[in-house]
Amino acid sequence: MAKVFVFLESNGTELKKGSMELLTAAQASGREVIAGIMGPGAKSLAPKAAHYGAKTTFVCDSPDLGHYNPESFTEAVCSMVKESGADVVLASSSVMARDLFPRVAARLDSGVASDCTILKLTADNITVRKPLYAGKCTAEVEFVNSPVKFVLMRPNQLPVGAADAAASASIKDFAAPKTSGKIQTKDMVKGSSSKADLTEANIIVSGGRGMGSADNFKLLDDLANSLGATVGASRAVADAGWVPHSMQVGQTGKTVAPSLYLAFGISGAIQHLAGMSGSKVIVAVNKDGDAPIFQKANYGIVGDLFEIAPKLTEEFKKALHK
Amino acid sequence: MRIFVCLKQVPDTETRIQIKSDKSGIEEAGIKWVINPYDEYAVEEALKIRDAKGGGQVTVVSVGPKSRVTDSLRTAMAMGADDGIVIDTGADYVDTFAAAKALSEAIKKEGACDLVLTGKLAIDDNAASVPQIIAEMLAIPHVTVVSKITAAGTILAEREIEGGAREIFEITGPCVLAANKGLNTPRYASLPGIMKAKKKPLKELTLADVGVSSAQLKTRLKDFQLPPEKPAVKMLAGDPAAQAKELVRLLMEEAKVL
Ligand SMILES: Cc1cc2nc3c(=O)[nH]c(=O)nc-3n(C[C@H](O)[C@H](O)[C@H](O)COP(=O)(O)OP(=O)(O)OC[C@H]3O[C@@H](n4cnc5c(N)ncnc54)[C@H](O)[C@@H]3O)c2cc1C
Ligand SMILES: Nc1ncnc2c1ncn2[C@@H]1O[C@H](COP(=O)(O)O)[C@@H](O)[C@H]1O
Repeated sequence: MAKVFVFLESNGTELKKGSMELLTAAQASGREVIAGIMGPGAKSLAPKAAHYGAKTTFVCDSPDLGHYNPESFTEAVCSMVKESGADVVLASSSVMARDLFPRVAARLDSGVASDCTILKLTADNITVRKPLYAGKCTAEVEFVNSPVKFVLMRPNQLPVGAADAAASASIKDFAAPKTSGKIQTKDMVKGSSSKADLTEANIIVSGGRGMGSADNFKLLDDLANSLGATVGASRAVADAGWVPHSMQVGQTGKTVAPSLYLAFGISGAIQHLAGMSGSKVIVAVNKDGDAPIFQKANYGIVGDLFEIAPKLTEEFKKALHK
Repeated sequence: MRIFVCLKQVPDTETRIQIKSDKSGIEEAGIKWVINPYDEYAVEEALKIRDAKGGGQVTVVSVGPKSRVTDSLRTAMAMGADDGIVIDTGADYVDTFAAAKALSEAIKKEGACDLVLTGKLAIDDNAASVPQIIAEMLAIPHVTVVSKITAAGTILAEREIEGGAREIFEITGPCVLAANKGLNTPRYASLPGIMKAKKKPLKELTLADVGVSSAQLKTRLKDFQLPPEKPAVKMLAGDPAAQAKELVRLLMEEAKVL
């Protein structure tokens, strides 16, 4: 039977949504599903992989792998992929996977299609598409001369199937690879936010120059809290120093694809749209009815964000926390 | 210190993309070509490191049609790079694997290499893959999405990960670092810089010179399409309270995203 290897990521205790999406697609393909998990605690996640369709789970749960290291992770994941015998490897387009898989693919003399938004996997075929030119068009990525086909899928593009709590998977341990010591983690700096990263967030609340000041972002923090959303921003705001660059959405910021994107005081410059037009539903709030953002929006409100945002926070709280 | 900067030429961010009628690619006529924005950070960082060390050589390398990418290499030389290498693809398509092979072979041909700087991502193919593949081919470490570099003895490279968290790597020996926005503020080319750039050495290589052929491609792109049209926006009327209420209702009942 054809096989598929799915690389899983977690927040330590739960599989990430993107990983569950991929397991679901892998299981539905009719292929034998082999999952791989790295890092301390990997073993405790193996049953969860089974619930979503993994028949076998490869784990490399050495404490040395607590921090991502491109060298050791490349080595370990290459061994897993080779051992699996799979000719298709799926991973989420996360910050870590995007760093790791091009190198893994190159080592296995194979190609990688990164940041895909469409995946059709069957027992004997695979079709993927990805956005190009910052979402201004898409194309199919065809694999040629690629013994293994590596596909990095953007999260939030595929459904998550129902968990089968009775399913179980066999586990195979992998030893932590030896490293050269040429690259080592020196330090980790914790982020300010415990929220989902922008690139993985299901809901994003973004502010632009219309926010007026750094302090006013408090309004969006409140709104985001009422929704479990992550806060983003336009470049104008990041360049003004109101928020860190890590929050910038757009062509030279992050490409995001949440289910819901709410834009406050953002005009909708082409470089901003490039980063968020893949969102399923877009809401724009702007005092200028002619702002280009409305051309990309599903729902629009012409008005003063300082009046609308607090009212929305109230309404979301009422609707979601009854 | 010998530093290589990989520089890709891409359509300007304002470009309206049009698809060829046979869907095999985009219409290139009328496109304004620029240096990939992230690669400008890479060029700037290379110049800063060279100048802080009080000497060295910054070489900019590009894989693409010579007829147009030469311009971008000259721009980088006008910023201050010492010399350039163009690997001419003519009309041939190169994927990330072939581009990385061409770049790494060109670098190997030069002999010494202490550091390779790239952008974190090319805004046309949105791959974020070439730097890691170059590093694999040169068998040296890589760090991507780098927002801070300290080069004193060993190299410290800081990268942003999830939720604004950062990790800092210490690297011994040559490596590939892929620049993110925030690393620095790229300088503009000065007029004297532009004059000087015209006389700086520019080496020309073919794909065959670096051992790349179409038989090695791992991926091809086909069936280009424009994104589907969005349905017309629904504007919500009323006072702020009514608008807010209606929006929440629509998101729950019509769009079903909550
Ligand atoms: C190479 C390049 C790369 C770029 N990359 C990016 C990128 O990655 N991301 C990005 O975002 N931009 C990017 N830009 C910048 C982009 O062109 C715009 O300048 C930027 O997006 C504008 O940000 P803004 O919408 O917040 O500000 P503005 O365009 O100034 O818009 C502010 C909006 O707020 C509205 N407003 C003001 N007050 C209120 C109020 N009280 N209530 C409601 N609405 C209000 C105004 O009507 C206006 O529409 C890039 C530009 C270039 C050249
Ligand atoms: N054709 C190319 N010529 C020179 N450098 C390139 C080329 N393609 C990619 N690069 C470098 O690799 C980085 C990432 O590109 P990509 O992997 O295509 O997203 C770019 O920012 C460049 O620094």
